[in-house]
Amino acid sequence: MSTGAVERPSKVLILGSGALKIGEAGEFDYSGSQAIKALREEKIYTVLVNPNIATIQTSEGLADEVYFLPVNAEFVERVIERERPDAILLSFGGQTALNCGLLLADRGVLEKYQVRVLGTPLETIRITEDRELFAGELRKIGMSTPRSRAVSTEEDALRAAEEIGYPVMVRAAFALGGMGSGIATDPEELEGMARKVLSQAPQLLVEEYLEGWREIEYEVVRDRHDNCITVCNMENVDALGIHTGESIVVAPSQTLTDHEYHLLREISIKLIRHLGVIGECNVQFALHATSDEYRIIEVNARLSRSSALASKATGYPLAFVAAKLALGHSMHEVPNSITRVTGSCFEPALDYVVIKIPRWDLKKFKRVSLALGSEMKSVGEVMAIGRRFEEALQKACRMLGIGAHGVLCNSFEFDNLEEELAHPTERRIFAIAEALRRGMDIERVRALTRITPWFLERVAEIVGTASRIAEHDLEGLPDPLFRHAKCLGFSDNQVARLLKRDAPIPRGYGSMLEVREHRKSRGIMPVIKQIDTLAAEYPAHTNYLYMTYHGSEDDITMSEVRPQIVLGGGAYRIGSSVEFDWCAVNAVESLKRRGHSTVLINYNPETVSTDYDTCDRLYFDELSLERVLDICEKENPAGVMISVGGQIPNQLAVPLGRAGVPIIGTSVDCIDRAENRERFSSLLDELKIDQPEWRELTSLADALRFAEQTEYPVLIRPSYVLSGAAMSVAHSDEELAEYLAAATEVSKDFPVVISKFIAGAKEIELDGVAQNGRVICYAISEHVEQAGVHSGDATMVFPSQRIYLETVRRIKKIARGIAGALKITGPFNIQFIARDNRIQVIECNLRASRSFPFVSKILKENFIDYSVRAMLGEEVSSPEKSAFECDYVGVKAPQFSFSRLKGADPLLGVEMASTGEVACLGDDVHSAYLKALISVGYKLPERGVLLTTGTIESKVAFLPSARKLHQLGLPLYATPGTHQFLAEHGIESTLLHPPLEKLSPNVIDHLEAGKIDLVINVPRSERRHLSSGYLTRRKAVDFGVSLFTNIQAAELFVEAISSVRSEADLTIKPWREYV
Amino acid sequence: MAEASSDDQNGPITLSPVDHPPDRSRRARLVLDDGTVFEGYHFGATKAVAGEVVFTTGMVGYPESLTDPSYRGQILSFTYPLIGNYGVPPRPTPGSLPEGFESEHVQASALVIATLSGGSTHWSAARSLEEWLIEEGVPGLCCVDTRALTRRLRSHGTRPGRIEVEGVEELPEIADAATRDLVAEVSCDEPRLYEGVGAGTHPRIVLVDCGAKANIIRSLCQRGADVLRVPHDHDLERERADGFLISNGPGDPKVAEATVAQLKRLLVGARPVLGICLGNQLLALAAGADTYKLDYGHRGQNQPCLEVGTDRCLITSQNHGYAVAGDRLPPGWREWFVNANDRSNEGIRHEDFPFRSVQFHPEATPGPRDAAVIFDRFLEVLR
Ligand SMILES: Nc1ncnc2c1ncn2[C@@H]1O[C@H](COP(=O)(O)OP(=O)(O)O)[C@@H](O)[C@H]1O
Ligand SMILES: Nc1ncnc2c1ncn2[C@@H]1O[C@H](COP(=O)(O)OP(=O)(O)O)[C@@H](O)[C@H]1O
Ligand SMILES: [Mg+2]
Ligand SMILES: [Mg+2]
Repeated sequence: MSTGAVERPSKVLILGSGALKIGEAGEFDYSGSQAIKALREEKIYTVLVNPNIATIQTSEGLADEVYFLPVNAEFVERVIERERPDAILLSFGGQTALNCGLLLADRGVLEKYQVRVLGTPLETIRITEDRELFAGELRKIGMSTPRSRAVSTEEDALRAAEEIGYPVMVRAAFALGGMGSGIATDPEELEGMARKVLSQAPQLLVEEYLEGWREIEYEVVRDRHDNCITVCNMENVDALGIHTGESIVVAPSQTLTDHEYHLLREISIKLIRHLGVIGECNVQFALHATSDEYRIIEVNARLSRSSALASKATGYPLAFVAAKLALGHSMHEVPNSITRVTGSCFEPALDYVVIKIPRWDLKKFKRVSLALGSEMKSVGEVMAIGRRFEEALQKACRMLGIGAHGVLCNSFEFDNLEEELAHPTERRIFAIAEALRRGMDIERVRALTRITPWFLERVAEIVGTASRIAEHDLEGLPDPLFRHAKCLGFSDNQVARLLKRDAPIPRGYGSMLEVREHRKSRGIMPVIKQIDTLAAEYPAHTNYLYMTYHGSEDDITMSEVRPQIVLGGGAYRIGSSVEFDWCAVNAVESLKRRGHSTVLINYNPETVSTDYDTCDRLYFDELSLERVLDICEKENPAGVMISVGGQIPNQLAVPLGRAGVPIIGTSVDCIDRAENRERFSSLLDELKIDQPEWRELTSLADALRFAEQTEYPVLIRPSYVLSGAAMSVAHSDEELAEYLAAATEVSKDFPVVISKFIAGAKEIELDGVAQNGRVICYAISEHVEQAGVHSGDATMVFPSQRIYLETVRRIKKIARGIAGALKITGPFNIQFIARDNRIQVIECNLRASRSFPFVSKILKENFIDYSVRAMLGEEVSSPEKSAFECDYVGVKAPQFSFSRLKGADPLLGVEMASTGEVACLGDDVHSAYLKALISVGYKLPERGVLLTTGTIESKVAFLPSARKLHQLGLPLYATPGTHQFLAEHGIESTLLHPPLEKLSPNVIDHLEAGKIDLVINVPRSERRHLSSGYLTRRKAVDFGVSLFTNIQAAELFVEAISSVRSEADLTIKPWREYV
Repeated sequence: MAEASSDDQNGPITLSPVDHPPDRSRRARLVLDDGTVFEGYHFGATKAVAGEVVFTTGMVGYPESLTDPSYRGQILSFTYPLIGNYGVPPRPTPGSLPEGFESEHVQASALVIATLSGGSTHWSAARSLEEWLIEEGVPGLCCVDTRALTRRLRSHGTRPGRIEVEGVEELPEIADAATRDLVAEVSCDEPRLYEGVGAGTHPRIVLVDCGAKANIIRSLCQRGADVLRVPHDHDLERERADGFLISNGPGDPKVAEATVAQLKRLLVGARPVLGICLGNQLLALAAGADTYKLDYGHRGQNQPCLEVGTDRCLITSQNHGYAVAGDRLPPGWREWFVNANDRSNEGIRHEDFPFRSVQFHPEATPGPRDAAVIFDRFLEVLR
């Protein structure tokens, strides 16, 4: 490639997006990693700032220098000062990087250090982020945009609304994920929303609400020679008003005529040329339902969630190309990596349909509103590919991993369908299918949902076919109907459930496999198709694949070499996120290094594992027993790795093993022994390893009796679930009864276990790798929070700082015992709780755990690489390095997204609630912890601290910390109980009345007035009903005030800010200099 | 590791239908001259037809494509699997330029797709694709693995084939259509004037109709030009005109001798000439250059064309099976555009005289509108 680059930079700073959060998820690991690859290819020295330690982009071998530091102006300025890069990339790290860049520019930092912004100029970014400037710009060039006014005070907002007329749409500037946006139907609503938005953003937009319009997006690429193309367009199945990130999205658009498609395309290009974007951006349109009238909703002048989706949907490496263009290359110089003969200046032609459905986790939160709207709440997404819309849609529904078998055959219950249709929740698509099944006509459904009829017709097609299947039993099922059903994406499992049968369908996979065998005997088989960006017009060299029934031949012929298949992690959701993508990608790379042919299966568009250059053959398809067996039958693998993708592949271990698939690593039976708590507990007993008392649950009566013996609190948990789904602590008979109802819903096929909940215990984790039962390497980390806070939400310290050597010795001994007994080969993770001098095991996973990337990077010993070698049966020796030699500390802190979950109570418990995590390094715990906290949005207090320290025990426990805060000279505020307690101990504080007591001075108005910038609110107990505590915590979240609800974390924080006075005292060192 | 399967699928084979939609009962099949058979189901008009089998990769615009005279006599396959999603616009009012179509009737002789999808719920639709095809007497074949078909055409080149429909006895010969004078078939019979919009003086453009798409005329009229549409063999020399536009059209340029003869005379003069698609090839032949048949042509809406000597790359709409031999242009002529994918010629221009032509479709429909600047430039030359 000729270097058409303008004064090519030699050192480039890249900003990441920090922890995964709602609205900013894995897609930015994908875009950042591709950008780094694009720069490395040209021998440009890259420096990356990103505290998200679980990402690929922060792995060895990518960026030349990595800083695990907060992506904010203060820290980045210091990195710039130290590194002196001559250029910076802002558009690969989401809104976080973009806003940070704008701030750096405003503060003159970029100018001071002569750092050039590559790609889209700052001016353009500012215009697209400032909704007012943007609207003005559009009017200049005569493009239609909704009638709107940008305002910065509540009064102006109300005035604007009067002009425009209710209902109005409210949108925040400099935000993403629809932060703070929504419909206001009257002044009160508007006032509330405006106050909330303006407490966090400088400006908000009040605009006409375009009800029932279609929402369309174009991904646009432009180079400095003014070449401009649209790589992909996408149509939202849901009407405007539901955030694109919350919508079911299809690519390419399905209901647009040539006129509509190219009208919007032409406008996108005109607009982007006018704005002068260089690289990639996306344009969002509202398109009228029954005319070609359009409005421009917004432009995101950066890589976005949509561009990641477009990239995977088309095979066009948007982020990679964008980086090349930012360097000044022209589009046609950048080769098309799929065909290798063509260039990047073309628009992909798809010969398949792609559907994205968001994945929500709202049920995990108490009190959260389930309604979907213009604010993002989803935590991840799935992407399905098919040759028919129906096929892709049903695949996608299954991929969600919420127990759906497709759009039909699910156990969701709807008491009020019309309501479900009119006010969408995450179950909208299933409600539509159910409504049609019950005979509601399409017009009625359209009227309620505002969804374009064509999409509803597709669902109706599925419903109709289902009812025809139901007329037959398996033998009687006609081949044509069977084939048609498969073309419409029905799974064998779904067919099994639909067929006429006398007995109810049995648990497990039996009947599904029966259908599968019959289907194969009828010669109804899926084929492998390639994604090649050019609809087969040119031969493709990469193997980016999917499977479909709507085809008569495979695109590829299998070779003799038997590959290793790695199963990926599926959709990101609370409890299973980018860390498993890191594991899967590292497993593939390690296999490649050893000369194996590699196959990867995954369906998450926000991942690096689904970049087709990661492995030899990528199947962008379901991680279901049916599909994995299909692929195994085609690929005839030497081995299938189920232990590096989290819980989804792990759960497939047993059925795959039974079906004769060569699972490599720990034996299937041993996996089941560890996962099935009944079997695991008896194993521990055999090994004389202590564990909390437990009992397998048969009836409520037994449960109550057990609780009585062991005394409350007790913990209820189903086996085979990650992220503590439906796990809960019961403090009383009522609670116990209540929880059981919930728990037993979760995974019917596995028993529910109840155990004694050990309060006040320390939690410790061991991540390790073993071979034939011999432990090769391990890492022991401690939690800051006591047991009872889910390990995924806990602050983790590694190497552990406050555990006795004796404890460590015993933990190692236990680990060796378990590894030996289960003949573990590969990764594993054991969780312990320690109280007094009792060490108990609470669970053991025979797979890579959430903390694998964390410990691997802190030690610079890749645990996945060890695992792979162990599983391949290589001679593996233990690392020389051991944690004891570390003269530094890593602290991993959770990222919560409560601010996006209206109403959710930001309390921690055995149910995991965090959406992401960061980890920072420091010379001591304190500095590492502060960096980590700042990375997830905490600010060091300056104005005032509000204390509510809970029970008398915790009040006493927190007293020394309160004193420290006082000594720091911070104004203390306290609610009555705490106020009095502090007074008794000679610590003065200002009394604030709790929210429920309408007296002033009141907690609420102090928070709203910004007099408080730290809230420490330790609840007495996990009370369910609306309490003052809840209102306080919620206010803190809504107004972006730092909040601690856990006393151990709060104590450590106070210690930390007493030893480290200001951010400036925190050292700036790259990863390399620590390890 | 697996290779993309070797493109020459061994020998003639029969591929059975990939789907059996309940609303399709009549079987139909596509037979290629090499004996390969694609079985599927029938829709549209009940009749058997023969023609050259070609594919287009455009994802939208089936009403425009099917009515594009350049597809005359061809069996058109869409690589995009869902066709019919937004129905078909109302029937054009005879006489006036058809809205939403490129000519008054379906020009392709048959349609091959994966899935016939959807009726006519789109706001701009007056009927479903199938209803339209029945009215137009054009048969369709669905439930075919069109990607498998495309891969064959890609590796063996486009080839003659035949659509056979269950219950239809008499079958046309599978013959190479190359010798047929398709241009004569699709050209208009007598001259017709289309008024340009707007006041002021209107440049007068003579459009040589070799199968002109309606949007060429629209594009010129919208830019304030009067367009005189004349038959393909019309005597051009003594027409009063500020410029000539040689339209797109079907078939092998070397068959359209009548038009080439006319062009030769034009090139003696100095009046501006713009050729589009077939017009590009005819102008080349008139200039003494050569044309040849591409293996499987360019048919789609995503073809990148580099303007020679610049870094400008246009995304263009294309539909052609023949190309100008750009490496062997006569003296005085240069390549204007080349295809950024395969470097084939996409346009030529004369060094001294205003004779230019492009292989792609500046009038779009279907496809991207980026190349519309070609019309602007042409009109500047005229004024
Ligand atoms: N004027 C409007 N009327 C109705 N819905 C709107 C309007 N403007 C935006 N929306 C909806 O709000 C969502 C978020 O708006 P957007 O400006 O895209 O925010 P973000 O920058 O966070 O993506 C859009 O996806 C769209 O569905
Ligand atoms: N017996 C117990 N006593 C106290 N806390 C416990 C006990 N068992 C589990 N926990 C807490 O619950 C959290 C989740 O339990 P765990 O078994 O790890 O669920 P998951 O399978 O979702 O990881 C643990 O991290 C720990 O903090
Ligand atoms: Mg935005
Ligand atoms: Mg948006």
